[in-house]
Amino acid sequence: MSLLEIEKLSLTIGSTRILRDIELSVAPGEVMGLVGESGSGKSMTALTVMQLLPWAAHTSGHITFDGIDILAASEDQMCALRGDDIGMVFQEPMTALNPVKTIGEQVAEGIRWHTRASRADAEERARKMLDRVGLPAAQFPLSRYPHELSGGQRQRVVIAIACALKPKLLIADEPTTALDVVLQAQILDLLRDLVAENRMGLLLISHDLAVVTEMADRIIILRHGEVMEAGDTARTLSEQLHPYTRQLAQASMHVPARARTHDSGSAKPLLQVENVTRDYPGRRTSLLKRAAPIRAVDDVSFSMAPGQSVALVGRSGCGKSTLARMVLALDGPTSGAIRFRGDTLTGKSEAELKPARRDMQVVFQDPYGSFDPRQKVERLVAEPLHVLEKKPVPAARREMVAHALHEVGLSPGDMDKYPHEFSGGQRQRLSIARAIITRPKLVVADEPVSALDVSIRAQILDLFAELNQKLGIAYLFITHDLTVARAITDEVMVMHDGKIVERGRTSEVLDHPQSAAAKALVAAAPDLHRAIAKRLQEQG
Amino acid sequence: MTAYLLKRLAIAVVTLVLASMVVFAVLEIIPGDPARLMLGLNASADQIELLRNQMGLNAPVVLRYLHWAGGLLSLDFGRSYTYSVPVIDLVRERLVVSLPLALMALALSTIIAIPVGLFSASRHGRAGDTIAMGAAQLGVAVPNFWFALMLIYLFAVWLRLVPGGGFPGWSAGVLPALKSLLLPAVALALPQAAILARVTRSALIEVLNEDYIRTARAKGLPYRLVLWRHALRNAMIPVVTILGLQFAFLLAGTIIIENVFYLPGLGRLVFQAINQRDLIVVESVVMLLVAAVIVVNFIVDLSYAVVDPRLRGR
Repeated sequence: MSLLEIEKLSLTIGSTRILRDIELSVAPGEVMGLVGESGSGKSMTALTVMQLLPWAAHTSGHITFDGIDILAASEDQMCALRGDDIGMVFQEPMTALNPVKTIGEQVAEGIRWHTRASRADAEERARKMLDRVGLPAAQFPLSRYPHELSGGQRQRVVIAIACALKPKLLIADEPTTALDVVLQAQILDLLRDLVAENRMGLLLISHDLAVVTEMADRIIILRHGEVMEAGDTARTLSEQLHPYTRQLAQASMHVPARARTHDSGSAKPLLQVENVTRDYPGRRTSLLKRAAPIRAVDDVSFSMAPGQSVALVGRSGCGKSTLARMVLALDGPTSGAIRFRGDTLTGKSEAELKPARRDMQVVFQDPYGSFDPRQKVERLVAEPLHVLEKKPVPAARREMVAHALHEVGLSPGDMDKYPHEFSGGQRQRLSIARAIITRPKLVVADEPVSALDVSIRAQILDLFAELNQKLGIAYLFITHDLTVARAITDEVMVMHDGKIVERGRTSEVLDHPQSAAAKALVAAAPDLHRAIAKRLQEQG
Repeated sequence: MTAYLLKRLAIAVVTLVLASMVVFAVLEIIPGDPARLMLGLNASADQIELLRNQMGLNAPVVLRYLHWAGGLLSLDFGRSYTYSVPVIDLVRERLVVSLPLALMALALSTIIAIPVGLFSASRHGRAGDTIAMGAAQLGVAVPNFWFALMLIYLFAVWLRLVPGGGFPGWSAGVLPALKSLLLPAVALALPQAAILARVTRSALIEVLNEDYIRTARAKGLPYRLVLWRHALRNAMIPVVTILGLQFAFLLAGTIIIENVFYLPGLGRLVFQAINQRDLIVVESVVMLLVAAVIVVNFIVDLSYAVVDPRLRGR
């Protein structure tokens, strides 16, 4: 007997068809994985079950939860179900909590609403729930506000809210996508335990095949609002009968072909970082006192050769982005020196930095946020040209933009379009075009593919590899995703608490990590091969 | 929290001092000799000079500023040039009309605007929203004296529920006094409410798209409760900001309404004083208003910290 049964569910919003004939079921104590790329309708399926759709939505088909016809249920009936029998966890822990209410209020609120418990009773239950999700009272009293918590801790609060009343079904929509791999592993463990404790059904939505394979008993693959394939997780992913399933699986393990790799030491170093430390002032504890400064980067030294591709991996908050900002001379070190092609960057004026700026560029994580939506591609891509000694005339500028667009696989005709006319992957190509237009020697890429779907991600990784081969650009990849590091870098540096704790050839470090931090990262990183093998083994 | 408070307080004090300098300087620059005005056209140069000395107008600018500013601190605003009575008395008898009027208008505006904003935001893009915002647009566009005339016609002339103008004074009893302030307060409040409703609506629409609203709904709270408990407080910052600005306006910017209703308020006092070159009254009232605005802004800053815990650590 299924807990949740979805039959022939179709959804249109306005005149757009979002879902078509979805079939899905979740049994008590079962983990059902729902996989698909962005826009495939995963989240909309979840919101349909919760009946939290926009008011212009129109649904047809059947959804039965615990004997209740969801599509015919009144808003009052749904309010009674939501948060009591069905809990939901969302993707963005940073914004999923109300910033002006304490975590205690937010966890207790649902308990009070559904059980009519007194404030004291509800708070006691909230306290127990927070303890259960790993937020003990000593460090996390009920009076804490969300902004005082990290992303992983906030996600635990969201899970506490969703599971406070021991729901029969939990819907988790990309619950770990915004977290680093170690936190991801912890949150997934927590979800697994909660499923086992309460025989809760779990509908786990993710774009990450490896995560779903580790967690789910059965899997459904969604594309353009339709079910492509459904079935037992291990069998579906090991046989890969459906072409789309195969495509997804291959894309998520994609390694670009790279003819030659670069070693350090052979040539004169491109970048030298020597004993760099960066302190930030501590929080103000009272009017005159501040807490001790926070050391974000602690005595880091490394060097990179021309054309070399290096990954800087580590958990969130380990100092990788601060280090990258200093390499780009966007922030100055508290002590130590950074040399680019032999010239010291530290302490130079903006004018003196211009030659160095020409030779280093940056690609950011979010292809949506890093472009001014009101400017045409020509201006956006040409932006770094202002650091050139002689500004090119308009015709030459167009020529350069056209060339850069061609190199990243876009058409020169795209020059007169606006950013919103491009898809996420194309936009990331635009930011790469912007980065290579000055023919830099070094590109710093901060999580350049983590916001992209797996198939797009494979293409962008190919592009990075190709540009590395063709133009000899050195890369500093900042990432928490070890598959990316493995796919495209020669060397890996592992950063932990502001220090580089391990450095070596990529395959060496990832296959035989030495330091505790590297071991933790490798152990926590989801791996599709390993997950399938483990599932098959469990099933005999 | 203490650091935030002290910083805001320091900013308030510095602003007040700077404002007093500007007010003093501006009135120094504008033409017109108060002594000559007081004595009339036939006064001789000697008489004027004597009076200037008596009034301290010949002392150096810095001394006169310090004397004036020192007086302000001890609530001694000097004597009116035209009426020869202490300025503080003039101001006081006007303030007992203007302050209650401003507060009533502000309260009315809030009471109307917040529910309208909530209603509109919760039906964003639907017929109810369009109608409510159309009405608000009308409220912003139509001048308040026209509202005032319509109100007088309807409630005073036709229905005879309230007086059509004048102020009996608080000595005549609280109820008659409040009654005579009711129509002007409504006339003042409607355009302000229209603006405030629009601000509330747009702030709420932004907040309603936030992820935590979805979290609150996923808890099973009905939409109505989500609006009141989760959305409204987060939308309060722009609303409180506008409220602060409106209070300052309502205290002194009401001269038209005061004229329509024959109310002896601050606005008319300043207007008369400017006409009669009664500079000391102008200076005093302007400083009083500046002080009121600064105090209100300080309260607004404090309320930010009450609304948003993230600001308390700054």
